[in-house]
Amino acid sequence: MNVLQDSLIELIRRTSAEIPDDVQRTILQALEREKQGTIAESAFQIIEQNIALAKQKSQPICQDTGSVLFYVDGPVGYDQIAFAEAGRAAVTQATKKGYLRQNSVDSLTGRNDGTNVGPGAPTFHFHQHRSAEIAVRLVLKGGGCENVGAQYSLPAEQLKADRDLDGCRKVILDAVLQAQGKGCGPGVLGVCIGGDRATGYEFSKTQLLRKLDDRNPVPELDRLEQDILKTANELGIGPMGFGGRTTLLGVKIRAANRVPASYFVSVSYMCWAFRRQGVMLDEQGSIQTWLY
Amino acid sequence: MIHLTAPFTEEKIRALKVGDAVEITGVLFTGRDAVHKYLAKGGELPPGVNLRDGIIYHCGPVVLKDAASQWKVVAAGPTTSIREEPYQAGIIEKFGVRGVIGKGGMGDRTLAACKASGAVYLHAIGGAAQVLAEKITAVRNVYLMDKFGSPEAIWELQVERFPVVVTMDAHGRSLHQEVFAASSAELAKRL
Repeated sequence: MNVLQDSLIELIRRTSAEIPDDVQRTILQALEREKQGTIAESAFQIIEQNIALAKQKSQPICQDTGSVLFYVDGPVGYDQIAFAEAGRAAVTQATKKGYLRQNSVDSLTGRNDGTNVGPGAPTFHFHQHRSAEIAVRLVLKGGGCENVGAQYSLPAEQLKADRDLDGCRKVILDAVLQAQGKGCGPGVLGVCIGGDRATGYEFSKTQLLRKLDDRNPVPELDRLEQDILKTANELGIGPMGFGGRTTLLGVKIRAANRVPASYFVSVSYMCWAFRRQGVMLDEQGSIQTWLY
Repeated sequence: MIHLTAPFTEEKIRALKVGDAVEITGVLFTGRDAVHKYLAKGGELPPGVNLRDGIIYHCGPVVLKDAASQWKVVAAGPTTSIREEPYQAGIIEKFGVRGVIGKGGMGDRTLAACKASGAVYLHAIGGAAQVLAEKITAVRNVYLMDKFGSPEAIWELQVERFPVVVTMDAHGRSLHQEVFAASSAELAKRL
């Protein structure tokens, strides 16, 4: 058997069945904060039970096992073609084992061949670096939360959002308001300020690779992250949009340069069932350590 | 906790109120995007599917066949319901549906249909695929599998004490409208 392929199947299994520690800790804190006897509290209790049960049974936390997004950092000369082949085979195997739902549909014919492999599926994002390390991160992003993502072009007159950080704040909070419970809140926002439309969304998603308890090294972005988290949690949307004290679990923002004519703010929303894991691999493709 | 058991009569459904925590025992039929569009465009219900006084579950489960070739539900949480808003009211009225289970809530037309026909929207916990799969005691049948694929097929599921919350009732109340209005007002104070 292909060692790399086996490692990737294991990465998919664990990503689908186990919530990363940083996310689980944050959910527990949210449960403790919620008012007792409310439907918000019971929603969190079911979420807690579900996290434990999925791990114990080694089955998907959520039936929507989402878009399969690989982020691969490797040394110069690392064989990306071989990796992608192993990745596609691993996805097909993981689907047969029930770690992934048959979740990939031909957009023209509506046909679902049950393999999860097709044009653009799964998706690989490769990056080279100077070190010899091979890091593979995987995000399974469900459709409910993907559908509530939003991209704003500033100025946004209706929201009175100008081309400045206050304007960014207004549109990001609007995204939270519009999402309500539809993205399986409490959620985590990944945001990119700037870039073109495609890289803006791309960078908003890579913000979701950050741990929830890290802090942004850029002071103005750190302030914006903390402000949006606090403000969103004062809105009373709560888990599932039931009303309650926790609407967001985290906010992660980066900036990218823009052309003078464009000012995009791209927001990706991740559900509480935050499926994100990663591994360091050796040259043969064996798992050395887990990243989250 | 209210225990709602089949048959799901109009009387039982009209007694439910927004905010009620309910556990359902009986049969659910899954149906999501493809099924709703198909039915709304005049598609026929396959023989064996009866939605009168029935409950539709917006869900695309993960289902595998076990060693004895029996279907086994591996994961089965709700999908976002608002995508069915263009179709749901017509389907409730045409087929006599009494309950719609999903997540995220639905809009004005569905709320009006719930009031007119005596139906409710029942919110399951999104993402809780394992807790909810454990409440499914049997897969009774599957329909339209070849046409729509596994997640979009109609699965007939026997459930026991399946937990949901009433968020839209048959009296015109919607928790989703109320939370949206309250959170909009709170946000306006903070801009």
